[in-house]
Amino acid sequence: MSLRTPLGRVLGHGSAKEGTGHFISQRISAIALLILGAWFLSRMFSMDSFAFLEVMRFVAEPLNSVLLALLSVTLAYHSWLGVQVVIEDYVHAPALKILSLIAARFAHVFVAIVCLYAILRVGLGS
Amino acid sequence: MHRAADYAKKQNDMSNSGRPLSPHLQIYRWPVTMLLSILHRMTGVFLSFGLLVLAVWLMQLAAGPEQYQAFRATMSTPIGIAMLIGWTFAFLLHLANGVRHLAWDAGYGFEKSQANSSAWAALAFAAAGTAVLWVIAL
Repeated sequence: MSLRTPLGRVLGHGSAKEGTGHFISQRISAIALLILGAWFLSRMFSMDSFAFLEVMRFVAEPLNSVLLALLSVTLAYHSWLGVQVVIEDYVHAPALKILSLIAARFAHVFVAIVCLYAILRVGLGS
Repeated sequence: MHRAADYAKKQNDMSNSGRPLSPHLQIYRWPVTMLLSILHRMTGVFLSFGLLVLAVWLMQLAAGPEQYQAFRATMSTPIGIAMLIGWTFAFLLHLANGVRHLAWDAGYGFEKSQANSSAWAALAFAAAGTAVLWVIAL
C-alpha cells in the first residue's frame, strides 16, 4: 500500500482524460478520409448531369454503395471528433457544454444512420 | 493603510483602470500559418454542415424522382452552386492542411520557412483545385 496522497499519485500524469485516444482516432479517420474523400470528389466531378437515374445507378453500384457507406460513417465520426473539440474550446458553462456535446453526438449518429439507410434503400432497390 | 485593505483596493482598481492588456488577435500581424490554423477549424465546421447536405442528397434520392428533382433544383440555384463551390474549396483546403498536420505529427516540417511555404502550398492547392474542378464542371 502506498503512503502517498491521492494528489501526489496523480501529479505529473496529465489530465486523466482520454486525449491520446481522441488524437489517434482523429488522425486515423483523417487518413481514411484522404482516400475516401479523393474518391468521392473525383466521382462527383465525373458525373454527367446529376439526373435522378444517373445518380441512382451510381449509388446502386455495389462497390459505390460500400464506399459511400464507409465515407458517410467516417465523415460523421471525424466531424463529431472535430465538433467536440470546438465545443470544448468555446462553450464554457458546464451544463451548456455537456448538453452541446450530447446534442452533437446525437446529431452525428443520426446523420450517419440517415446516410446508411438511404444508401441501402437505393442499393437494395427499395 | 492596512495591507489587506490596500490589496483589496488594488484588486478593485484592476477592473476599471484602463491598464494595458496582453495583445490578442486584433493586434498581431497575421502570419499565413495563423490564417491556416484558423481556416482549418472554420472549414472543418463548414464541412460538418456539408455532411448534412450529403445526407439530404442521399435521402431525397431514396425518396424518389420528384423529391430528388426538388433537391437538385435547389442546389442548382446560384446560391446552391456557390455553396457547392465553397464546400469544394473547404474540402480541398482541409485535406491539404490535414496532410500538413499529419507531417507535423510525424515530426517533419517544423522549420519556420517550411511551415510558411507549406501553408502557401495548401492555399494554392485548394484554390487551384477548386478552380480547375469547377471550370470543368460549369
